[in-house]
Amino acid sequence: MFLKEYISDIAGAVGSLLKGMRRTGWYFLHREEAITQQYPDNRDNMGLPERFRGEVVMPHNEQNEHRCTGCTACELACPNGTIKVVTKFEVNAEGKRKKAVDRFIYHLELCTMCNLCIEACPTDAIKMAQNFEHSVYDRSRLTKILNRPESRLQEGVE
Amino acid sequence: MWSFAQLADTIHEGLQASLPPAWALAAEMTIVGLSAIGLFAMLGLVLVLMERKVSAFMQIRIGPNRVGPAGLLQSFADTLKLLVKEGITPDGVDKFLFNAAPLVAMIAAMLLLAPIAFARDFQIWDLNIGVLYVSAVSSLNVIAILMAGWSSNNKYSLLGAMRSGAQIVSYELSAGLSVLTIVVLAGSLQVSEIVASQADGWWIFKGHVPALMAFVIFLIAATAETNRAPFDMAEAESELTAGFHTEYSGMKFALFFLAEYINVFIVCAIGATLFLGGWMPLHIGHWEAFNHAMDWIPSSLWFFGKTFFLIFVIMWFRWTFPRLRIDQLLDLEWRYLLPIGMVNILLVTLVAILGWHF
Amino acid sequence: MVEEIGTTEQGDLVINVGPQHPATHGVLHLVITLNGETVKKVEPHLGYIHRSIEKMCESLSYRQFIYATSRMDYLSSHINNHGCALAVEKALQIEVPERAQVIRVLMDELTRIASHVLWWGAMAMDIGAFTPFFHAFREREMINDIMEETCGARLTMNYMVPGGVMFDLHPNFHRRVKEFIRQFHKKLPEYDELVTGNAIFKARTRGVGVLSKEDAISYGCSGPTARASGVDCDIRKLYPYEVYGKLQFEQPLATEGDTYARYLVRMHEMRQSLSIVEQLIDNIPEGEFQAKTKAVLKPPKGEFYSRVETARGEFGVYIVSEGGTTPYRIKYRSPGFSNLSALDHAVRGQKIGDLVAIMGSFDLVIPDIDR
Repeated sequence: MFLKEYISDIAGAVGSLLKGMRRTGWYFLHREEAITQQYPDNRDNMGLPERFRGEVVMPHNEQNEHRCTGCTACELACPNGTIKVVTKFEVNAEGKRKKAVDRFIYHLELCTMCNLCIEACPTDAIKMAQNFEHSVYDRSRLTKILNRPESRLQEGVE
Repeated sequence: MWSFAQLADTIHEGLQASLPPAWALAAEMTIVGLSAIGLFAMLGLVLVLMERKVSAFMQIRIGPNRVGPAGLLQSFADTLKLLVKEGITPDGVDKFLFNAAPLVAMIAAMLLLAPIAFARDFQIWDLNIGVLYVSAVSSLNVIAILMAGWSSNNKYSLLGAMRSGAQIVSYELSAGLSVLTIVVLAGSLQVSEIVASQADGWWIFKGHVPALMAFVIFLIAATAETNRAPFDMAEAESELTAGFHTEYSGMKFALFFLAEYINVFIVCAIGATLFLGGWMPLHIGHWEAFNHAMDWIPSSLWFFGKTFFLIFVIMWFRWTFPRLRIDQLLDLEWRYLLPIGMVNILLVTLVAILGWHF
Repeated sequence: MVEEIGTTEQGDLVINVGPQHPATHGVLHLVITLNGETVKKVEPHLGYIHRSIEKMCESLSYRQFIYATSRMDYLSSHINNHGCALAVEKALQIEVPERAQVIRVLMDELTRIASHVLWWGAMAMDIGAFTPFFHAFREREMINDIMEETCGARLTMNYMVPGGVMFDLHPNFHRRVKEFIRQFHKKLPEYDELVTGNAIFKARTRGVGVLSKEDAISYGCSGPTARASGVDCDIRKLYPYEVYGKLQFEQPLATEGDTYARYLVRMHEMRQSLSIVEQLIDNIPEGEFQAKTKAVLKPPKGEFYSRVETARGEFGVYIVSEGGTTPYRIKYRSPGFSNLSALDHAVRGQKIGDLVAIMGSFDLVIPDIDR
């Protein structure tokens, strides 16, 4: 009785081990199952989804116009002080003084890509870009000014 | 046909003719030593690459593929990196033992090359107790591990070394018993005679069930003796970080690493010699045409083919199985492998006495 | 012999496992006392990854603080966010649209599968089998891709907002989840072949690190760790939130309380989560994905508590509001901390190799323990 148990014990154990070896052996022979992505080589066809949050950008059109009114809603929505909007007063054609954005400062090094600023923006002036390769040699280069020089507010955006 | 044996003879005759006998012997020994070291370096490079590729394919990865075509030069790059690294000797270690341990590991592995028949009539030293010599010298490896573990002055290293001591001493028994089955069948301890006895068929086929069982036990014991997963208690990465070589880095670590692979090669070579006929081609009964065709394949290819097949199996073990616990490891030896091995040797003696094998 | 365990005396080895150690999966520091190979005592030292998330959250508004909880248990960040969103909704009495509820539950269960899959690979790796780890990532990657497409991030999604979810589902979501369900059904038997049935794995885990039902309760264990000891503690069953009350699923229970039981409970839970996803994926109701909420959230004065079932156990959010725009006090009850406290009890008298196996079966995520 003892011997029978002893032998069936061994047989069961060896069987289970062989099962595992069959599985790894199968993968050894089926190289096409490999899931490795050759990252820097496949940069061109990685196909990041359009919702991927990589960094905050401010789109400008061909006339160098953006949609930011300088309302600072994004600055208030940001949980860790990533955005600082510096405003100025502009005199428009009718001679009225109007608040406008002077510098839209974005600290990429602090950003957690939580998307709250984009949700908060009333004029859709900022959006998330898909770029994720942010490494730089100098940390100060991560502090970005998102509105381009000489850019203006797009017509019709209030 | 071109063969290693002819090459050796040509060199021997050339040296004998041009130099006095003592100098000729010295020159021959130098050549042997250099080629042994060359073989070591080559084996290290090839086996490391093989391990990485085998593991990658089993793990649905590609493996090294950047250095050289298809990553073939990866191990050269690794070796270069290890060579130029600083050889750190930490404070508080026993400096002599710490630095000597990797060398002992290498020398123990190197000594094992002597009786192995790489091809037809091509052997460094065909001593008449070849198999006994291998069993004896392969135990030296544990001394290097104990030295490394003790001298490192690190608790992880010490635990790893002590585990390794218990493990190698235990598994030596099983390995010895399974080697003995073939010695009983072949009636000789000399490697060349054991190979010659397999001219009409390998022992794994000729020796019925006992030889097959001995082969399986030998494979398990060989895996355990070389400290490879699932028996890598001495290193046990997730438990002891790196076990006995926790404190080693650079070239000293590389020597341990190399010694491990050389040991794997040696035990697989012994396994191939004893059970799979060494350099002997595959012959089946009276199929003259088939046998003749097999003879055309060079004997060195047969030897290396069989050895690398066994190495592949051992790698396959490593990349499939979880690690055993130390007490289970000893359980496996003393409760399963050793009793089975003992019954097996009785059976094989019976087979040999009655002449039941082919 | 029994008295010896738990005391340090001359000849014992005291080893620091961690903060940098392959088996602790993070910066956990365990001071273990060994007698030979036998573990006599385990003393976890915390604080290496303390970021004061609770205090940080107290200075943020009710919309903002949710993102920080993704950084606690980063493997079930959706579920952590969910717990916070539930607490805020409770405080403000926001009615969440049904579509949002279904989306939340779908995401929770996908996260649970992803977390368990990673745990499966990591536990196998702790025990010494490397290959499962890479196989696990194949399935986890599919879930991460689904998350990336809909939520915009792979790990710290911040997808749950008070009142619903941040975006609607991506048009590809349905197709990709279907694909994942098909793939996962095909690959689960392979998991069993590689690890579950393996004789060495069974020998390593059976009867190791037994935690009785009483111990599990008294240490405050929750989640699969407690369920393997027979404690009926699934928040989804006991206090159903969102649409869990309407779903058909089992709460896997085991009575052995050993490492293998914890393993089996988690494996079973993956199958249950998959069945929840299957039930919901074809029945996502149409409608709003976010309730209308005020721009500035100001809950009334009072205390609010919500609890959710993460992949590791019960996650509780306790908010004290003074009526302002930021909470007066936030306390998180994370499952990892309580589970870790049971480690010493489970490990005493076992071998050092078992310590790693038991730790793997507890599925500890260090930033969750040490907020």
